[in-house]
Amino acid sequence: MSEKQFNLDTVEHAAATPDTELPWAELGLKENEFNDVVELLGRRPTAAELAMYSVMWSEHCSYKSSKIHLKQFGQKVTDEMKKDLMVGMGENAGVTNIGNGWAVTFKIESHNHPSYVEPYQGAATGVGGIVRDIISMGARPVAVMDPLRFGAIDHPDTARVVPGVVSGVGGYGNSLGLPNIGGEVEFDECYQANPLVNALAVGIMRHEDIRLANASGVGNKVILFGARTGGDGIGGASVLASESFDDTKPSKRPAVQVGDPFAEKVLIECCLELFKGSVVEGIQDLGAAGISCATSELASNGEGGMHVDLTKVLLRDPTLTPGEILMSESQERMMAVVTPEKLATFEEIMKKWDVEYSVLGEVTDTGRLIIEWDGEVIVDVDPKTVAHDGPTYERPYSRPEWQDDVQANHFTGSDADDARPEGAELAKAICDFMASPNLCDKSWVTNQYDRYVQGNTALSQPDDSGVIRVDEETGAGVALATDASPRYTYLDPYEGARASLAEAYRNVSTVGARPVAVSDCLNFGSPEDPDVMWQFVEAVRGIADGCMELGVPVTGGNVSLYNQTGGKAINPTPVVAMMGVMDDVTRRTPSGWQKTHDGQAIYLLGTTADELDGSEWARFKGHLGGLPPKVDLAVEKELGDILVNLSRDGMIDSAHDVSSGGLIAALSEACLRFNVGARIGLGEVAERDGVDTFTLLFSESMGRVVVSVPRSEEVRFKDMCTARNFPFARIGVVDAESGELAIQGETTVKLDELRAAWSATMPDRFGEVAQG
Amino acid sequence: MAESLSATEVPLVGDFSQTPSNDSLKDVRVGVITFPGTLDDRDASRAVRAAGGTAVELWHDDADLKNVDAVIIPGGFSYGDYLRAGAIAAKAAVMSKVIDAAQSDNALPVLGICNGFQILTESHLLPGSMIKNDHRKFICRDQILRIDNNETPWTSEFEKGQEIVVPLKNQDGQYVAEQKVLDALEAENRVVFRYVGFNPNGSRNDIAGITNARGNVVGLMPHPEHAIEAGFGPSSSGFGDVDLRGGADGLGIFTSALHNIINVK
Repeated sequence: MSEKQFNLDTVEHAAATPDTELPWAELGLKENEFNDVVELLGRRPTAAELAMYSVMWSEHCSYKSSKIHLKQFGQKVTDEMKKDLMVGMGENAGVTNIGNGWAVTFKIESHNHPSYVEPYQGAATGVGGIVRDIISMGARPVAVMDPLRFGAIDHPDTARVVPGVVSGVGGYGNSLGLPNIGGEVEFDECYQANPLVNALAVGIMRHEDIRLANASGVGNKVILFGARTGGDGIGGASVLASESFDDTKPSKRPAVQVGDPFAEKVLIECCLELFKGSVVEGIQDLGAAGISCATSELASNGEGGMHVDLTKVLLRDPTLTPGEILMSESQERMMAVVTPEKLATFEEIMKKWDVEYSVLGEVTDTGRLIIEWDGEVIVDVDPKTVAHDGPTYERPYSRPEWQDDVQANHFTGSDADDARPEGAELAKAICDFMASPNLCDKSWVTNQYDRYVQGNTALSQPDDSGVIRVDEETGAGVALATDASPRYTYLDPYEGARASLAEAYRNVSTVGARPVAVSDCLNFGSPEDPDVMWQFVEAVRGIADGCMELGVPVTGGNVSLYNQTGGKAINPTPVVAMMGVMDDVTRRTPSGWQKTHDGQAIYLLGTTADELDGSEWARFKGHLGGLPPKVDLAVEKELGDILVNLSRDGMIDSAHDVSSGGLIAALSEACLRFNVGARIGLGEVAERDGVDTFTLLFSESMGRVVVSVPRSEEVRFKDMCTARNFPFARIGVVDAESGELAIQGETTVKLDELRAAWSATMPDRFGEVAQG
Repeated sequence: MAESLSATEVPLVGDFSQTPSNDSLKDVRVGVITFPGTLDDRDASRAVRAAGGTAVELWHDDADLKNVDAVIIPGGFSYGDYLRAGAIAAKAAVMSKVIDAAQSDNALPVLGICNGFQILTESHLLPGSMIKNDHRKFICRDQILRIDNNETPWTSEFEKGQEIVVPLKNQDGQYVAEQKVLDALEAENRVVFRYVGFNPNGSRNDIAGITNARGNVVGLMPHPEHAIEAGFGPSSSGFGDVDLRGGADGLGIFTSALHNIINVK
């Protein structure tokens, strides 16, 4: 190692040179934060310590702006909600007991900024990162989902970002052998220079296989394995130039990580073999903040101490400085804690899978994380101060001055509400509407993902949830849906966030699963802007209150702040991922009627009010203002319960949630799903609800689902809804012969014309891909 | 059928006058190879079990084939497909044994699916090769195939000309070969599966799968192992004609092989 030419900044040296200028500001630390570090250490930090504190105390790793608000997710829970929660928030991912000895872990995370800089690698490593979180819990990953949000569909840069992100998600996920079972795609100009790439992964395990990230057992070995450490994903660390005087060194390290899905696939199998043989005591993936994060978190969650020799790290680039090694976010790496007795077994498994590893050090009980470089101590810290005692801010927040004006600007009667189409014009408007970027066919995206691998996918896009079988013996499994309502959330963050939660809950129950757990990915603008901070606070409160009302706990998630370009923040985008459980996944309900369902009755569950503000129709007309639809979670809970029972008792053959685009979108999608038409009559419902037909078709009132019911089940169906006092109305029949969606007295839409319009939008913009 | 085979070859299509019992099917051992980066090995094993046989795990550097009666090389991205798809796997220890056994007098039945097909062409057990899809993107879809040759051990339970639906998912699925190779394949009835209705990757002559001259080695790009169980398979023939995800057409490929082996044993 002596060929390395660093001005090694040792602890001893730091103590002797208190006045050395350090680039803390360039590394993103605020002056008060740097002073805190000095106070904690009783001296100035070394360059390596500075690197660690700066990444671990970053917003991304420390949640310093959000922490005090996120606490609600842990506080607003009942014992009943905790009943099936085996591992809660704070670990790599939460774990839920689904019965019969099976546990499921799932989590959603953001990879927004890297995906704008380098769409393919940003999106790919987003998948890689969340999958490693799932492996760290001891689980076999079984599926992924990706909610994606891009700028305006016709903006030139969108044509760069969309294909890159989609092939990145596919390229990585497909190579790992993980079915991609759903997600969302939204286009809105607010995401123009700040696309949102969120990634969800779900994993399954037996109860006894749950693993936690802690380093316990003095004398146990700390081992880094997987890919070698390189200079990728370092970002700010390159400002530590004072650490090096080697002129040949690359001056700027790439900030975006580069993914190697093959290495990750091997890592998955290798880890599962380690778990199977109970070879590891603790395990942690290396994601944001790399070795800094893994060592400090493992140490502070275990016995409290760790001794590491950083020169033992296997490098891809020998010119890396200690600070850079500590910060590197090179992908496909894991850290394990192994007893000396099991080291040989560990080594055997590494050899079998051709995975490189190096023993970096061991667990101690000193309460200190000591890191050496070439025999000299360069880090000597209390790991808790790095991992957990970061700064916490109570950022000022206040309701924006403009909020009242926005809420007063209702769609109905606005300039944008210039013409409500009727008759033949309505048919044309429906085709144009369904072809609009946010309602159009998304198979351009999903056909680039493998939905079959592992052989357990019972449903995937475009149905309301993805459904995966967990237990091949019993057929039990899970359903997953992700939803966000950024436009509603912009209009009213509290209600909008609850709407996202309600929709995710409804999507899961629509396929017949009982919702049991939430993970959320909170994408917002800058927390230093009191307007944005208010949106964040309100949205978190909305989700926490809503989860309490629904009786479903938040098990984990992620916060992504500073999503803005210039001074303009994105629409607040809390993405809610809901997991539900099913006893038998073959009972899942698809989102459309099939040819064999000819003549079945179509029912609308729930009621409709004039709620066009923030709707897809308003967006179609270029309007955003007013108040979002009213959310009643008691109604959602009742509806969910009904849907689960209808599915279990075989009373429905299809069910589709009414949300974005209203009833007309739900009916169109239910027809397009299997290319089977319907005859609809809305007169009675319109009269019951006191709204006109246009409102009935386009309003986005919550708590509604369209179902098709076999003739033989209609009596039972009606009895159940009546007994539960839930509003229902027969609005038509399935018509397998007509090839039309006919709305009596209003208009008739030919399905082939509707399909042509609906399916052309993405290929027209991003190029043809092979049809599904 | 047997008359057309040369004296050194065993008949590949058996006598079905007696249905073998499930118990004897269990004695049929089908090896499923796992390379680093293989993805569909567990699915292929499940398909073997669903057909009634016993799946035997084979590892890429195994020095023998563990006495198996047939071998499946499943799909995935072996070694990341970072060189050419299948190129490195073709050099693995277990593959030299597969090549020997496939070319031996016993004519071991071998099925290569997707990446496995690519490995078979890279191993020169099958002619031609696969290049990137003509549209340059990964594609996943429910694909209609026509059985053009039902005389292989893997297709004997289908009718000639029968159409089946199985999932297709690949990045490098465009089958290409020199014209004289294509002509020979056609002339010798060695195109086993052909894309119908839509050619998803630009393959020459709509070829989805082929066999070797002896008929014991079959490779195809689509995934029959993902179409073996109602509820988890493809939605047959497009829109709603049959049950959602009800497609189990792929199972016939695995039952064909098991029955043939039983009848030869």
